[in-house]
Amino acid sequence: MAEKIINSMKTEFSAKSVNEAFARTAVASFAAQFDPSIAVIADIKTVISEAVTNAIVHGYAGREDREACPVYIQCKITESGKLTVRIKDKGRGIEDVETAMQPLYTTDSEGERSGMGFTIMQSFTDGIKVSSKLGKGTAVTLEKRLTGR
Amino acid sequence: MEIKYEKYGEETVAFVIGEIDHHNAKAARERLDGIIDRECPVRFALDLSGVSFCDSSGLGLVMGRMKKCNSTGCSMVILNPSNAAFKILEIAGMDKIIKIERGKQNG
Repeated sequence: MAEKIINSMKTEFSAKSVNEAFARTAVASFAAQFDPSIAVIADIKTVISEAVTNAIVHGYAGREDREACPVYIQCKITESGKLTVRIKDKGRGIEDVETAMQPLYTTDSEGERSGMGFTIMQSFTDGIKVSSKLGKGTAVTLEKRLTGR
Repeated sequence: MEIKYEKYGEETVAFVIGEIDHHNAKAARERLDGIIDRECPVRFALDLSGVSFCDSSGLGLVMGRMKKCNSTGCSMVILNPSNAAFKILEIAGMDKIIKIERGKQNG
């Protein structure tokens, strides 16, 4: 049975790198109501930064009209303190999600991307789902337990 | 994010202070490369004690500077990484391929 959702938050912003800090801070502030540890908040900030950076760098690669490229974030917290965050773009999509999630895999040869984004998202959360359609966009859903103190 | 550096003989220590993400990694890269090019140190130390946030862009930044130092025959070390910086380095196994020094006062 699905757990009761006690709070939710949605935000939408342009795919500009300056918004990476905004996005991770906004989600961390939302999660803070459940009084998670500093380490949990740090993990949340990092994984949100990874997912949003992917949308900006890869989802909307080569786009000049960045103000018109939306990134959506949707957060929910359940009664027992599970945070679910969905980060979605309407970019070019990922051809092969499984390959994209391999450690050190990157399509970016000049930008010094490490290819560790998905590995970090997997390591720092309690669950990750990636769905993507070519030409339509990508959605990454991350789960993190806020309790366990 | 702010980058400062100090010279101690053949060693140059660069301090990264603030958040390392994709947005500011490019400026950090240019600044650090400028320091390495100008000072041509025998040893380049990157002090990460002041890093308050670091995602995989920080890995790219460290790996890129390592490559640059290797190509110029300069040895590179990481000094006093903050928890935020160390957790990312550790997950990528970088703590095994680059020397990390702790507790040493610079200079």
